[in-house]
Amino acid sequence: MSDDELIWRIAGGSGDGIASTSQNFAKALMRSGLHVFTHRHYPSRIRGGHTYVEVRASADPVKSRGDGYNFLLALGDSFARNPQEEAYYGNEEVKPLEENLDELREGGVIVYDSGLLDASEIPDFEERVEENDWHVYDIDLRSLAREQGREVMRNTAGVGVTCAITGIPLGAIEELMRDAMPEKILEPNVEIMQTGYDLVREEYDVDAAEVSVPTGEHDEEQVLMSGSDAIAYGAIDEGCRFIAGYPMTPWTEVFTIMSQNLPELGGISEQVEDEIAAAALAIGASHMGVKAMSGSSGGGFALMGEPLGLAEMTETPLVLIEAMRAGPSTGMPTKPEQADLEHVLYTSQGDSQRVVLAPGTVAEAYEASRRAFQLAYEYQIPTMIIYDQKLSGELTNVPASHFDREPNPDIGATLTEDELADQPHTADGKFHRFQHEGEDGVSPRSVPGQKGGRFLATGNEHNPAGHISEDPDNRVAQMDRRQRKLDAIRADLDDDGLLVEYGPEDAEYGVLTFGSQQGTVEEAVDRLNENGHSVKALTVAELAPYPADAVRAFLDSVEEALVVEMNASAQFRGLTQKELGTHGELLSSLLKYNGNPFEPAEIVEGFTTKLVDDGELPGNETKFVPAAGD
Amino acid sequence: MSAFSAIGEEREIDRDEYTPDIEPQPTWCPGCGDFGVLKALKGALPEVGRTPEETLLVTGIGCSGKLNSYLDSYGFHTIHGRSLPVARAAKLANPGVEVIAAGGDGDGYGIGGNHFMHTARENHDMTYVVFNNEIFGLTKGQTSPTSPKGHKSKTQPHGSAKTPIRPLSLSLTSGASFVARTAAVNPNQAQRILKEAMEHDGFAHIDFLTQCPTWNKDAKQYVPYTDINESEDYDFDPTNRADAQELMRETEDKLYEGEVLTGVYYRDDDRPSYQQEKQNLGEMPDEPLAERYFDGDYEWERSYDRFIDKHK
Ligand SMILES: Cc1ncc(C[n+]2csc(CCOP(=O)(O)OP(=O)(O)O)c2C)c(N)n1
Ligand code: SF4
Ligand SMILES: [Mg+2]
Repeated sequence: MSDDELIWRIAGGSGDGIASTSQNFAKALMRSGLHVFTHRHYPSRIRGGHTYVEVRASADPVKSRGDGYNFLLALGDSFARNPQEEAYYGNEEVKPLEENLDELREGGVIVYDSGLLDASEIPDFEERVEENDWHVYDIDLRSLAREQGREVMRNTAGVGVTCAITGIPLGAIEELMRDAMPEKILEPNVEIMQTGYDLVREEYDVDAAEVSVPTGEHDEEQVLMSGSDAIAYGAIDEGCRFIAGYPMTPWTEVFTIMSQNLPELGGISEQVEDEIAAAALAIGASHMGVKAMSGSSGGGFALMGEPLGLAEMTETPLVLIEAMRAGPSTGMPTKPEQADLEHVLYTSQGDSQRVVLAPGTVAEAYEASRRAFQLAYEYQIPTMIIYDQKLSGELTNVPASHFDREPNPDIGATLTEDELADQPHTADGKFHRFQHEGEDGVSPRSVPGQKGGRFLATGNEHNPAGHISEDPDNRVAQMDRRQRKLDAIRADLDDDGLLVEYGPEDAEYGVLTFGSQQGTVEEAVDRLNENGHSVKALTVAELAPYPADAVRAFLDSVEEALVVEMNASAQFRGLTQKELGTHGELLSSLLKYNGNPFEPAEIVEGFTTKLVDDGELPGNETKFVPAAGD
Repeated sequence: MSAFSAIGEEREIDRDEYTPDIEPQPTWCPGCGDFGVLKALKGALPEVGRTPEETLLVTGIGCSGKLNSYLDSYGFHTIHGRSLPVARAAKLANPGVEVIAAGGDGDGYGIGGNHFMHTARENHDMTYVVFNNEIFGLTKGQTSPTSPKGHKSKTQPHGSAKTPIRPLSLSLTSGASFVARTAAVNPNQAQRILKEAMEHDGFAHIDFLTQCPTWNKDAKQYVPYTDINESEDYDFDPTNRADAQELMRETEDKLYEGEVLTGVYYRDDDRPSYQQEKQNLGEMPDEPLAERYFDGDYEWERSYDRFIDKHK
């Protein structure tokens, strides 16, 4: 058991208040000076179904979920269906205890609500406790809460118990509850928490458990945020004041944050009939000069394919968010996966002319969101941000100063009426909106309502004034100009991009990954180097236009590289090989697609097994796939 | 000062301003009803005092979708079935612009039917012209949602088994606050109805009968027609919803029996437009959103000031 970190897992049923309780807990630990990272596991159900949130806290920066965890608070699923062992879905009532045992570290602590959970229904429970040296506290949290009049406050009682065992001062949690709760429910909650705390202190041996909360200190003020918060705030700081959408997990988070705030910011949010409309509305608003966005998850994004192509052809600035979840089809709606990469890169007919960014961390999500708007409006090109439930649902601490930035409402290559007067027009006064020339491939635009700016935007190939044209020379000129924008964007990003190299520069081996796996990979790299290996990592956050030079340089510098991604068909490795055309024999994949994100240890194990021992993986959680060159 | 000086400009407007110089010339077949829409629109726009540069004509795909290639204004030729969502947002982003959407019967009642229903329901302040030629024109004559039952085409060799859609009834039920039918062969009425539609504050839907002599030879040229607002046979009040509903049904049935009824079927001038509803709820700014991006003095709020405290 590692003393320097607490990984607290609160498990129960959906609807048992797991998310809000864990958020307060994480924030209290952050305020105490610790670095925190949460990991959320939940089913696609409103009431019932095993769900947990893990809060990892350490004095040192934490970038990922840990390997397993050391403290379980199992509340029991108060909305469990059919609580019989023979039932198709098993005995749901005991799942919050039973299903979490495998990952509990040796010497760990179990607190469970004996008012709802009967541990004797779990096979070999006693033996496993003994074998693993777990410390078990069976406490009737339900009755304890009921005695104070609120049975639903079992979770607060559990927090009180946790604090008593780990040494977290109750005051820290209470302070947060005061911020978040109305008076009426605050008092009973505080009382229930205290009762749980006192009960353990008085009647149990808390010193037996060797799990305690570490202490730490931040050198500057921190905030607790998710990737969804960061994307929304980035959009707001870029002056985005129009959003259209249709709910779909996990994209709904960004849509909700924007919808709740845009009216007060003088903006407009539209929940519309489907995702085709959502993307089309964003295009319509952007066409009028407004900074606009839409987004969805895989299925909804599929519906956006045709409007996305329209934005490419009409060169309408557009930002779309794609919050990936496990597919195909409805897949596993609440589980993370990175399998929509190819979908986002290539969907819609014709040659893709788009930008795709995949932030790796919460801080980077804010950055990527701002960058997406800048590129979209400066280059008049649709820009997508792909992320997944891992980044959307994880909360982590980021220095508050990271967000202390000036807004940028600039709408890029858009002309004023005065500027329009000096631009080329047809004899009858139509503005040449789509000139063959144009710096970096960008031909500046006008906006309806402006004098001297009228033109036709069309999804057909068109001449400089926008009229439909199938003239071969014009076609090539327009196509080449649009493609040229991608080179310019690549150059921009090469100067100041989102790629992160990590580990010793002269390392022997490499790990290549993209998007939300960044933190986990980096933690694995640290451990490998500590264990005497020589490894560095490159996380690619720019997928189109692809940073071929940077990736090539990275691969040139290592013997071999493991490509880590959360999907079954090695899409990122495939993209890399396609873009580089070389280095295939250096690459092999470590894949995971069971609905849970990688743990650092799985990458450590994958690395040593494959690159060092050249062996096979034992379990079925992760999988190797050799590269084409092998 | 507005960054859009074309909006609200008061001046004489010549209908020729809407006609491009030499190119592009319409490529519609001789005798096509689509010419009638173009002509009526060119007549109506100066009447409502809207200049080319304060007008945005958003179209779908089809022979009909070419409309804005031949009308000189701001135009957005979108994709099949999607003119309405693009047009809707354009109007929300800058309500000062006159927004007109147009497309075919396949475009609007088929592939874009969902948007039609919802745009009508929301009562966006715009005009929507559906070129109803009872056929897919551009793709060479397949059966459309308004083709009569039994209609034979290359893709329905035994005749359509489907009852046609009822465009007027659907519009009314969905919530349109102005519903009319006119015909290309009736230019004066068409121009008058278009003018009324543009002046109406809400969603104004016009089912515009446009004969397709190339692929739909069986269909009538939509003559003779009866104007229900003028004919003495019809004592009709378009503000009466129940009457409108009844006459719409009759009109839809009669079309397939060879009798063409046209006119304004329904209007509700009291219903607030979607923009007004949203503004009443505080969900849409009073000043056009588009202006803000040209206003150097506007104070943009920072996310840091609004949100950071709740994350501490
Ligand atoms: C998504 C999509 N499906 C199919 C088409 C092919 N298509 C173009 S126009 C059209 C139908 C045109 O019929 P209508 O909308 O009635 O317009 P009309 O040509 O009769 O004016 C079709 C099917 C397309 N462009 N896009
Ligand atoms: S095919 Fe029909 S609808 Fe199309 S242009 Fe010719 S006549 Fe008009
Ligand atoms: Mg048609």
